[in-house]
Amino acid sequence: MKNRIDACFEKLKAENKKALVTFITAGDPDMDTTEKCVLEMYKNGSDIIEIGVPFSDPIAEGATIQKASLRSLSGGTNLDKIFDLVRKLRTQTDKPMLLMMYINTIFRFGTAKFFELCKETQIDGVIVPDMPFEEREELEGEAEKNGIYTIFLVAPTSHERVKMIAEKSKGFLYVVSSLGVTGMRSEITTDFNELLAPIRNNDHCPCCIGFGISNPEQAKKMSQYADGVIMGSAVVKIVEEHGKDAPEYVGKFIKSVREGMDS
Amino acid sequence: MSKIGRFGEFGGQYIPETVMTAVHELEKAYDKYKDDPEFNKELQELYHNYAGRPSMLYYAEKMTKDLGGAKIYIKREDLNHTGSHKINNVLGQILLAKKMGKKRIIAETGAGQHGVATATVCALMGLECEVYMGETDMKRQSLNVYRMNLLGAKVTGVASGTATLKDAINEAFRDWVSNIDTTYYCIGSVMGPHPYPTMVRDFQKVISAEIKSQLMEKEGRLPDCVVACVGGGSNAMGAFYNFIEDKSVKLVGAEAAGRGIDTPDHAATVAKGSLGIFHGMKSLFLQNEYGQIDPVYSISAGLDYPGIGPEHAYLNSIGRAQYVDITDEEAVCAFEYLSRTEGIIPAIESSHAVAAALKIAPTMDKDSILVINLSGRGDKDVYSIARYREVELNEE
Repeated sequence: MKNRIDACFEKLKAENKKALVTFITAGDPDMDTTEKCVLEMYKNGSDIIEIGVPFSDPIAEGATIQKASLRSLSGGTNLDKIFDLVRKLRTQTDKPMLLMMYINTIFRFGTAKFFELCKETQIDGVIVPDMPFEEREELEGEAEKNGIYTIFLVAPTSHERVKMIAEKSKGFLYVVSSLGVTGMRSEITTDFNELLAPIRNNDHCPCCIGFGISNPEQAKKMSQYADGVIMGSAVVKIVEEHGKDAPEYVGKFIKSVREGMDS
Repeated sequence: MSKIGRFGEFGGQYIPETVMTAVHELEKAYDKYKDDPEFNKELQELYHNYAGRPSMLYYAEKMTKDLGGAKIYIKREDLNHTGSHKINNVLGQILLAKKMGKKRIIAETGAGQHGVATATVCALMGLECEVYMGETDMKRQSLNVYRMNLLGAKVTGVASGTATLKDAINEAFRDWVSNIDTTYYCIGSVMGPHPYPTMVRDFQKVISAEIKSQLMEKEGRLPDCVVACVGGGSNAMGAFYNFIEDKSVKLVGAEAAGRGIDTPDHAATVAKGSLGIFHGMKSLFLQNEYGQIDPVYSISAGLDYPGIGPEHAYLNSIGRAQYVDITDEEAVCAFEYLSRTEGIIPAIESSHAVAAALKIAPTMDKDSILVINLSGRGDKDVYSIARYREVELNEE
């Protein structure tokens, strides 16, 4: 079977549209709310969803996702429960679903067991922000064996590394918009044309820009430089504000972003 | 070492892509300067004229007689400028940072000793300095916070998690990712991504080099046992390194057992930890079955860390070093013992090593030699020991 991420980008390309990738921390404030939020996001225009596996010490995250991780963990979230959530979601949607998580969560769970469960629950890919290109062997074998894509990140500091990383990334390449941690930014100043120049003629791996994109205008602007945009903290912030009532608000927000991007 | 930056299976470079270029730049710079005669001459001069090296190797005669076993020598890292071994590493790293053209230095600190050393050397070299410190640690080490301020550093409190050393490291990483172009991250222990564990050990190995030559001069032979406390493990790596090939020398690390390793309140990583990947390295960590890092505890802010440097994990795995657990109570008793017996007030971290020696020395022959690496002085701990003993100190 074709990976859902590849199929998604092919379809978007045919429709001349950009991908909207959105993130949500699983179990914040509880699994039911996450389930509803994910479905609302798909319904209102998310093409791909990253389900965030909370970690006690998320060094790549800004305050918003740090707090969400803490709320989720104090509610008893763990990886087994997240796989249960994915199973439930898979009966209701066939869109691409990713797990975004720190490497220790996979390693300690057991890399082989983890990827087998990804396959069984039909996860399409993983994003592991603290596993750089050089340490990819840690996951590569088991991921490939089970047909799970590993999505790599490039940053504004990656320069001559971009080409090498893009060649190994599957599904898409996660382009970190700015220096720093996740979280909303008023301005993104990276020169993406320059950063992504080495892979401009490479169409096997689409690029999506994330980190700091917080509103429809920014999403529209950033999508011009890439094949899609990724929004995380902006969604998590809505969950923080509205708690169990968040699904409705998250849906409305995603709708506004989608309309902004497609306008 | 099996692969670059690996000690057996331990070590590696598990860090976000944003900092990879900076870490590679550091690797290159360190490779270039570590054998550079000019760099080493400058560093040796700083060690000697500024830090006060070599530190004394002191024969603890009263303690030896009292315990009735091995002859005990104390390596006086507490007498270094700024009061601990931390200055050895900081002088090396900041000299390197300066060569690399960095203008701003960040650091994490637990007990405040690494923070004070970093603030000191930044003052000396005219660099901007920001130190991250858990708010819990700022409370128990307020004296060191004030010292850092006096030295012109900005101390930023970290309230997340357990508000201790691990959280300070998280926040320092986040700062580094945000300011990678201008900022050098001066890690205080033999931990983090390669090249830090190797580089910090290299800057600390002067301790074992000196012990070796000083003891050769005094006794004409190698020690039988070297004891040091272990949090991340920099003073212990420094004290062990030049003895690793001398198989007759027993190497003992003292971990913080807090309120006991059968309670949740300890930081005994080797005793109770499992293999994991965190803070840039594969090593042993205290964590739950899902890989969430445990909140750890020790009376000592400097040992209050849920992991251990990868080279220690390796030495443990091959049986070359042994790691023992010392409780708060044992450490406080050793703190008091050394103060009374030898007139030396040890840091509460180093008191863990003293406590281990109190157990080991009496079991050794009279003609054997045990060296305690006294990593720091205890002035900073007087208030918290008084608090532990429920003695009221009037600060007016």
